[in-house]
Amino acid sequence: MNKFTQFASHMVAIIADNVDTDQIIPARFLKTISKEGLGDQLFYDWRYDAEGKPKADFILNHPLAKQAQILLTGNNFGCGSSREHAPWALTQYGFRAVVAPSFADIFKQNALKNSLLPIEVSRPTHELLLQMHLENPMLRVRIDLEKQRLILPTGQGIKFPIDEFARRCLLDGVDDIGYVLGQEAAIAAYEARRELAVNTLG
Amino acid sequence: MSIPRTIIEKIWDAHVVSQQEGAPALLYIDLQLVHEVTSPQAFDGLRARGLKVRRPDLTFGTVDHSTPTTPRSLPILDPVAAAQVARLESNCTEFGIPFFGFHSPDQGVVHVIGPEQGLTQPGMTVVCGDSHTATHGAFGALAFGIGTSEVEMVLATQCLLQRPSRSFKVEVSGALKPGVSAKDIILALIARIGVSGGTGSVFEFRGAAIGALSMEERMTVCNMAIEGGARAGLVAPDDTTYQYLAGRPFAPKGAEWDRALARWNALPTGDGAVYDREVSMDAGELEPMITFGTNPGMGIPVSGVVPDPAGVADAAERGALVKALSYMGLAPGQPLAGQPIDVVFIGSCTNGRMADMRAAAGVLQGRKVSPKVRVLVVPGSQQVKRQAEAEGLDRIFREAGAEWREPGCSMCIAMNGDQLAPGQYSVSTSNRNFEGRQGKGGRTFLASPLTAAASAVMGAVADVRTLA
Repeated sequence: MNKFTQFASHMVAIIADNVDTDQIIPARFLKTISKEGLGDQLFYDWRYDAEGKPKADFILNHPLAKQAQILLTGNNFGCGSSREHAPWALTQYGFRAVVAPSFADIFKQNALKNSLLPIEVSRPTHELLLQMHLENPMLRVRIDLEKQRLILPTGQGIKFPIDEFARRCLLDGVDDIGYVLGQEAAIAAYEARRELAVNTLG
Repeated sequence: MSIPRTIIEKIWDAHVVSQQEGAPALLYIDLQLVHEVTSPQAFDGLRARGLKVRRPDLTFGTVDHSTPTTPRSLPILDPVAAAQVARLESNCTEFGIPFFGFHSPDQGVVHVIGPEQGLTQPGMTVVCGDSHTATHGAFGALAFGIGTSEVEMVLATQCLLQRPSRSFKVEVSGALKPGVSAKDIILALIARIGVSGGTGSVFEFRGAAIGALSMEERMTVCNMAIEGGARAGLVAPDDTTYQYLAGRPFAPKGAEWDRALARWNALPTGDGAVYDREVSMDAGELEPMITFGTNPGMGIPVSGVVPDPAGVADAAERGALVKALSYMGLAPGQPLAGQPIDVVFIGSCTNGRMADMRAAAGVLQGRKVSPKVRVLVVPGSQQVKRQAEAEGLDRIFREAGAEWREPGCSMCIAMNGDQLAPGQYSVSTSNRNFEGRQGKGGRTFLASPLTAAASAVMGAVADVRTLA
């Protein structure tokens, strides 16, 4: 994993609440056994018509959306299934952060495992960001993970919450499996005192 | 005296391996179920790191999502799906994980076979790369869906890094009236609290109406916890739980059973334990529920009318409702009963068990499904299929004009070729009515098996209580 420090980008806005993972990547694309090639399938049914042609009225097909690394969206983003294909598709498309008033639990976990920052902002901040974006779609916002701040062009910094452990992992560019593997002694000790529940091997 | 704890806290406390400063708790996982869709990349990760599966004896695999529901004598025609199914089987073989393959006589939907085999037991932590893992909470287990990175973590370490969830008591008092079922309890709850009402929480379902439910019905309720935003939902174990479990292949036997029972009996929430949130409902006031929109929170009594966006104060909510009604092709104020439909789907991890098959067959016995409607009945597992056939339910379905198919997730997620055509309407016993969930452009009304069967007969959304 690359170290996540800070970046700046303009935003793309999909303003809807409860954007579910079936919209982010429809289930029929989950038959793959790979993590790759999912960026083209991001928001597929909103993005392409029945013939597979880009729909002109969907924001990701707009020239201004190209190269945007921040997705601004509504409440409870990523609700529905546990498919990690959702953050895989978002990051492969080029997103590095999703900014919303709230996220679904599993999506938030999955995003953090893939260096996609789920940034929760208050309602007023969300409205401010949207208004600024609508006035100037190329408005650049800086996201500084070290300082845990979303920084507006005015210099105003807005602190966002993030799990401290996940933040450390992202800043250091390490995933958490190594950390857990390092706790072998504790795991073995737990297993030694654990009462047998089930043995799937019969 | 110690502070009384909820069952959620008791299970959590019993599974904390370690808790380091500044890090989430390391939580031990008693059982991981794996299926073909969310596991291949996790196994690739293990290989890339040179890791083994730490506890294959706490892991079990099956195939369900991508598998066709046509006769098993036929090959899997979709080469991408066939490769995914083959990969689950080869991964399980390589890593020594027991599994039910495509041709196993015990194959089925992962959340149907776990309980059926007695793998799911009270007090356990259960995970699966599938958001409907909450189903297993019906046994008093802390069961939740995880992503593929976490699947890999559990395969490698049998542990997960977790922060505790808030506890959310859902008290359901009273008794269900005829024609109203477990599905209606959970649809009514989600309609009330919304699809993010339980975010960050674990539901504990309790009260007289929950105690009166069978294990299969409790599974239906817990199954849709995620649709209310909660990662998990559970019901404390009781005699109903123990009677269901006793004698199942992986359930404890003899002296082990007695020891397990002593542990299980200590699980229920202590008197005076404090929940972070509470909601209560009277089951006696519920009607059969049905959804009209594009998330499971958009539900109304089947005798109700489609809400009018003009009456919604919040602009975002109003916009969402307008968009949903446009997608669904419905008008504000129109009754849902009588709305013509094209397909009925009876099955899924929500409603693919024997109780559901019996409920649907009870309505269809001696009746015919409307000639305008295609009806798919998909048992949740090979065991459910065999049992239903032993009871003659397959004949009832076929004689009524319904299709009796092989087990799998089928039209709940529409990955396997069972799907709606654009614009078609279904009444479905599954769990999600998101845009395109049952096929691109398809429109889903979520309901109980009773409502689905009644609608199949009428060729339109119908109230089972008024079926002639």
